[in-house]
Amino acid sequence: MSAIVKLGDVYKSFGSNQVLKGVSLEVAKGEMIAVIGASGSGKSTALRCIDRLETIDRGTIEVCGIRVDDPKVDLHQLRREVGIVFQSYNLFAHLSVEENIMLALRHVKKLGRDEARRVAMGVLDQVGLAQKADAYPEQLSGGQQQRVAIARSLAMSPKVMLFDEVTSALDPQLTGEVLRVMEDLAKDGMTMLLVTHEMAFAKRMADRIIYMHQGKVWEVGSGDMLDAPQTPELRTFLNNGL
Amino acid sequence: MTGGFTTAHLFYLVHSIWWTLVLSALAFVLGSIGGFGVMLARISPRRWLSRPAMVYIEAIQGIPLLILLFIVYFGLSVYGVQVPALVAAGLALMVYTSAYLGDIWRGCIDAMPKPQWEAAECLSLTRWQTLRLVIIPQALRLALPPTVGFLVQVIKMTSLASVIGFVELTRAGQIINNSIFQPFLVFGLVGVFYFVLCYPLSRWSQSMEKKLNVGNR
Repeated sequence: MSAIVKLGDVYKSFGSNQVLKGVSLEVAKGEMIAVIGASGSGKSTALRCIDRLETIDRGTIEVCGIRVDDPKVDLHQLRREVGIVFQSYNLFAHLSVEENIMLALRHVKKLGRDEARRVAMGVLDQVGLAQKADAYPEQLSGGQQQRVAIARSLAMSPKVMLFDEVTSALDPQLTGEVLRVMEDLAKDGMTMLLVTHEMAFAKRMADRIIYMHQGKVWEVGSGDMLDAPQTPELRTFLNNGL
Repeated sequence: MTGGFTTAHLFYLVHSIWWTLVLSALAFVLGSIGGFGVMLARISPRRWLSRPAMVYIEAIQGIPLLILLFIVYFGLSVYGVQVPALVAAGLALMVYTSAYLGDIWRGCIDAMPKPQWEAAECLSLTRWQTLRLVIIPQALRLALPPTVGFLVQVIKMTSLASVIGFVELTRAGQIINNSIFQPFLVFGLVGVFYFVLCYPLSRWSQSMEKKLNVGNR
């Protein structure tokens, strides 16, 4: 089993606020890992560090053999391996759905217009939004926007996908349609690391669940861990969620 | 000898509007190019670019345009560089305009949500690609009203070029008034001409701003 993402004893603070206090975790190829935990537990920060949206103070991060903690890391190369989807979708408002997806294909992968369009339609089909190719982000529901954001990431054919609370801004119905897309992705063998509050989804789909508490990996286990938490902190967290 | 205001005078005034427009266009086009460069330098993460740009903006914004005109026109002539009044006025206005537009546009770029940068960065777009393909196209909508608003200022400020002898609308008015001495009529007319040039632009800028606010509601 080869690890695609490897964090070793990662420390990170924002000013005097220490957010990550020695986080270690590994994600194997094809694995889906759900990271849960209260706000402020450092789970989103850990995710952002993997794509080097934040730099770390200490420790090692390796993604597909790339040393992310290296100050001279080739960000271009790193980000071709990693796809990330945010809570706030972050679609480009001045571009249509199709153009949103084609932008990086054209300017980063240097594909021709027709080839880029073909890829875009492919991933849009995958998230069930091929009929919305010409729509603009503001014309779509939150769930649809998030599916486009996933498609935009997928189009770059990353080896691992990071999801940062991608359903937190959505109502239950829209959450469902986004989770279905992620479920399909997992079934296709995509390596996925997601920070989520969707316990039922994490339990059903994740190969492993990581519970983070106060900047540390507090408990790791399979879906069953949510039924039988080993630590009082996880028990409290789960009870508060209900 | 003084006489009445004739159609020849009127023709002379109307003709001088052309030179006000030429000077405005020169200031605006050159100032836009310069302003774009100033904006790029100002938002650069490299301090050796952003600091000088900041100093430039603050220095120029703290100096009256009239003094800039004197520096360019009289200053250069001391060194034997005799520049025509149009060039001197164009140069001074360009420097002035570039500082203001650079600052206005920097503000518009800064107003773009940070996550837009992040999303583009995560798609492996370079900083320049992000700016060109994602940020600037969206900032444009924001930048248009204040830019047109500033253009109105530029048109009015070209009147200062009259003091170095460049014959635009204001100078033409002075010349006519010197011969017929009817300041109320002549400068009133000059004022009306400026108003006719500026008012439609002001209205355009205002209506764009209103539309923008509706969009943001």
